[in-house]
Amino acid sequence: MSPADRFARLSELLAADADLRRRGRWVDVECRVDIGHEPFFLTLREGRLAEFTRGARLLRSIAFSIQGTDEAWRSHWQAVPAPGWHDLFALTKRGAASMQGDLRPLLQNLQYFKDLLALPRRLPEES
Amino acid sequence: MAPALDPMVGRYVRLEIEGVAHRLYFEEAGPTAGGGIPLVCLHTAGADSRQFRHLLADPEITRTYRVLAFDMPWHGKSTPPDGWERDEYRLTTASYTAAVRAFCRAMELQRPVVMGCSIGGRIVLNLAIEHAAEFRALIALEAADFQQPWYDTAWLHRPDVHGGEVCAALISGLIAPQSPAVSRHETLWMYMQGGPGVFKGDLYFYRVDGDLREKVKSIDTKACPLYLLTGEYDFSCTAEDTLRTAAQIPGAEVQIMKELGHFPMSENPEKFREYILPVLEKIAR
Repeated sequence: MSPADRFARLSELLAADADLRRRGRWVDVECRVDIGHEPFFLTLREGRLAEFTRGARLLRSIAFSIQGTDEAWRSHWQAVPAPGWHDLFALTKRGAASMQGDLRPLLQNLQYFKDLLALPRRLPEES
Repeated sequence: MAPALDPMVGRYVRLEIEGVAHRLYFEEAGPTAGGGIPLVCLHTAGADSRQFRHLLADPEITRTYRVLAFDMPWHGKSTPPDGWERDEYRLTTASYTAAVRAFCRAMELQRPVVMGCSIGGRIVLNLAIEHAAEFRALIALEAADFQQPWYDTAWLHRPDVHGGEVCAALISGLIAPQSPAVSRHETLWMYMQGGPGVFKGDLYFYRVDGDLREKVKSIDTKACPLYLLTGEYDFSCTAEDTLRTAAQIPGAEVQIMKELGHFPMSENPEKFREYILPVLEKIAR
């Protein structure tokens, strides 16, 4: 599975995590996450994925976006990630990921988003 | 049944720091017969002395050492100074150095060992630069002469973002993935409890005022031995930052700690013991 293929399973991973949905109950935002060159659009309502689409969407309005290279996400989603690849801000500090837009909803719910973006770690690693 | 008491006791000490009256909370534990080598522990930015509760309760350490950990002014149970509501809190190299020395003086500690983590580690480097003769040994955890900032501290204190939660969420990534969940969340809890703007004020020292590049070259480890230990998962003070710093200080002993992050004493106390016990044994010889 490519990193984008793993991220495409985010809906089922979040559905299986009642605690994360509880912690995200105030999250109400539209955002974009790029896994390598593949964009994903997330519509989050009360911490749930109301809409989740893979691929480009023309004129799609979002609050913020997070981009990471394939290597960044692949390393981040290792069962035990190596130092420097284990946290979203470790990725941005090393230049392997970045964040743009209105970061307020991200910072207001930072642990939720960090945990959301780490969910693919629960899937079997690439063979 | 007898109460299940932890061995450390907590008290308040009155002292002056830079001419301002303070009431600082501290905890201590040591040899039951009294005495022991004083070991003063300095917590990280935005946290408090509870980070050292495992050291304070470790009989292997308190057999030899009188361990003392105080809450810095504005932190934990230390009372902020009178009129605090009129000031924006900002830690500086001078005020932090003064606080550590004032505590040691007020407690009448004779040539204590000082061990600090993160900003506590940075100030330990400054103690080595300016006041080495006052200390038996210095231990800098997660310390370097300078570190590259990795976020904008403006997010730490504003009304539309919960200060405690954003502080904890930011620093959560500095904890090693191997650290036990219970210890991870206890470490985060302390960050969630900090006063408004206090973590941000601490980072003023870390980022703006406390740049020790060039100055660390003057450290004389013959006057006072210096130990630097950094967790491999700390991306705020990276292993490279610490190794670069140590390389400029002849005689400094440096270790990169496996499977540990920025809060070794609280995120994984058992793992940290493996590294700190040999250092403390060496200092006690």
